[in-house]
Amino acid sequence: MRTAKKIPMRWLTQVVLALFLARNLYAAAGDGEWLRKVPPKDRARANPYATDPDAPVAGARIFAEHCASCHGEAAQGKPDKKHPRPNLHSDRVKQATPGELFWLLTNGSQRNGMPSWSKLPDAQRWQLITFLKSLQ
Amino acid sequence: MRLGCNYISVSAYLYIMRSVFLLLTLALALTLHAQENYFVTYSHELEEPGNLEIEAKSVTGAPKDGNAFVATALEFEYGVKTWWTSELYLDGQTTVGESTVFTGFRWENRVRPLLSEHWINPILYFEFEDINAADKAMLEVVGHDGRTNFLARNDRSEKKREVEFKLILSSNFRGWNVSENFIAEKNLAGGPWEFGYALGASRPLALAASAKPCTFCRENFALGAEMYGGLGDRHSFGLRDTSHYLGPVVTFDIPKGPSLRFSPNFGLNDNSNGFLFRFMISYEIEQFLSKLKK
Repeated sequence: MRTAKKIPMRWLTQVVLALFLARNLYAAAGDGEWLRKVPPKDRARANPYATDPDAPVAGARIFAEHCASCHGEAAQGKPDKKHPRPNLHSDRVKQATPGELFWLLTNGSQRNGMPSWSKLPDAQRWQLITFLKSLQ
Repeated sequence: MRLGCNYISVSAYLYIMRSVFLLLTLALALTLHAQENYFVTYSHELEEPGNLEIEAKSVTGAPKDGNAFVATALEFEYGVKTWWTSELYLDGQTTVGESTVFTGFRWENRVRPLLSEHWINPILYFEFEDINAADKAMLEVVGHDGRTNFLARNDRSEKKREVEFKLILSSNFRGWNVSENFIAEKNLAGGPWEFGYALGASRPLALAASAKPCTFCRENFALGAEMYGGLGDRHSFGLRDTSHYLGPVVTFDIPKGPSLRFSPNFGLNDNSNGFLFRFMISYEIEQFLSKLKK
């Protein structure tokens, strides 16, 4: 009769530790990881609504309609066990180029819970970015 | 009332509909608008994670030599993940001079395999439906579906447990959405695979948002068209003895409120119903579970 092989406890502990470490590394990588994915051509795109005086107000309306439920009314972010909703007053958003933010809105960061907003026309995504930049 | 056999009385149906309206009214206080562009065609837009959309999708028609009907599919759509949306449909219909019946349920799932945006974005769709032959919701047209399906009196004896797969291809460019769906459906009790298609294109009337709050701004309206129909089955693939429809679609997203959608559909051949009118109201409750916990 064949006997089942016992898995040493030490191996099991190491596997669990490795998985835990990998999970944390993955979560850390998710924090701003999208910035590394933006192609240079997209990164350099200019915001056609950057100087439009109406764009921040229109962008604020878009934000209130589509983004505030996750990011907070004042874009202050929200805690969440799985996917914390980032504060949009952060340095990362401050330093990101309009092209990078446009790429993020278009593609989302889906592993981190941020959906694609490609359903919004390009013009509205740029207006939203003008609003986000006005927060800084 | 014989719920177990898919039969309910008119008063029970009205009671359910009243309860649903109450729920929708409650939801109105917390809602935003819906996202999809069509009635039959799916685009690659999925529900945002955590959001619940409640939608009543109706179709009415008066088939030649048959009785006029109104069929409604009540839909609960939940964003499970950014790449996965799950939906439950409850179907019912009223046929003039016949009866009002609950015709079954559908459970569908849409999954996005590619996480970033591409020129063409594929979505995989899986559905199980447990409906009876009286169902007239026409959420898709497949095989040799046609006008004759609407001529028999409400027949609830034939159960249809079916699986349905769709390949959804969809693109957004310059404000336009263009979507193509390829449908394959099979009755689990037997019968060949049946095929169908749905195509749609739509665009908001204005691409930029206006600075002033307004209800009737052009950006709150989208105009489009969709076409759908059957492609026969495994034994007789093609357009012979199939039905096809074409019509414009108008969507009105009320800011901080529900979405309304209308579409007159015109049958394109003798096998189709001459005219159908589709209408829909939907409400989206953002971060539904979080609100429940509060």
